Amino acid sequence: MLDALAGDARAYSSLLAELSRNLRAYYARRLGSAAEDCEDLVQDTLIAMHRRRASYDPNQPLTAWVYAIARYRLIDHYRRSRLRQTVPLEDAGALFAADEAEPAMAKRDVAHLLNALPTARAALIRKTKIEGMTAAEAGESVGLSEGAVKVNVHRGLKSLAAKVQAQATTGETANTADLGDKTP
Amino acid sequence: MNTEDLIDDLAGRLDPIPPLWMERRLAGLTLIGLLLSVALMLAWLGVRPDIAAASLTGMFWMKFAYTLGLGAAGAWAVLALGRPGGNGTRAFSMATAVVAVLAGIALVRYISAPAEARHHLMMGHSSMICPQYIATISLPVLGATLWALRGMAPTRPALAGAAAGLMAGGVGAFVYAFFCNENAAPFVAIWYTVGVAISGLVGAVLGRLTLRW
Repeated sequence: MLDALAGDARAYSSLLAELSRNLRAYYARRLGSAAEDCEDLVQDTLIAMHRRRASYDPNQPLTAWVYAIARYRLIDHYRRSRLRQTVPLEDAGALFAADEAEPAMAKRDVAHLLNALPTARAALIRKTKIEGMTAAEAGESVGLSEGAVKVNVHRGLKSLAAKVQAQATTGETANTADLGDKTP
Repeated sequence: MNTEDLIDDLAGRLDPIPPLWMERRLAGLTLIGLLLSVALMLAWLGVRPDIAAASLTGMFWMKFAYTLGLGAAGAWAVLALGRPGGNGTRAFSMATAVVAVLAGIALVRYISAPAEARHHLMMGHSSMICPQYIATISLPVLGATLWALRGMAPTRPALAGAAAGLMAGGVGAFVYAFFCNENAAPFVAIWYTVGVAISGLVGAVLGRLTLRW
């Protein structure tokens, strides 16, 4: 650690690698089954140690310092997970809104799935289900009747659901070339 | 990101830490806070007019010794509690000892004074404003000490905040002593101590709110 404080990156990374093993054991013992939380906490602690490495007193044992930080991160983790359980439902929106990665990923997944549908049908689903048009408005914009739009959207969603379920095994259960089917 | 990549990333961003980094940080920020406190005091209260004559009395210096003693104990506590797992017990014991010494002197003065003078020894003429003034003048230093702690790693935020408040209170009371023209040990032992304690309480509350990491 003293070499690390002086700026020796190699000594530092081997120290962190060794400490991360100890920390993993430490958190695994305390968290039991929650394994992903455990790795998150290890990384969280490594970052905290890095940012606050100036608080290490060279006259004190390193492990005392590391475990004091680990303990603090663990308490913080408990506090946050308790918080998560007790947030009233009305306020929960704020928690979800704070995470921008998840909506972005969902958006990407939806776009990906829609691309697998015939373009015209995908466009109708986008208009009615994502942009919020009514079936009649969407039909007007592409020159289809309200009923035709509803049928197309319904079939499109059905084939999307089938795709999602079958993705891993059967691949694409193609359900193409129905757009010409303008059932009133 | 997996843990190995994180370690490489952290090792790649390793700037050397100079020795006594925490001490320097605390000293530097406290100096800024002290200058602001002095400016506040000069603009608001000014220096006592009889300062030249007063500097010949023992009590004038006693006030400095007392307030700086508390400030030093506070600084020690801040540095101890700024480290993970620190508890500052010895530093707070030192603060208690400083208070006890002055309380002892004050008690002797009080008992040895004639009965009709005792009330004035304790209450002076500014007992009702002295603690507020000290707590107010301490605020810039408190901001500085809390800011210094934010760069450290306190694992007991409220206690670390109280240490910051103790240190700021001691320094603030030191500044205030240039204005205050009370000369009785019992007065200082009570009302200065109350002022520093208010600063410590404010620090504990703010520490709880601002020192989480």
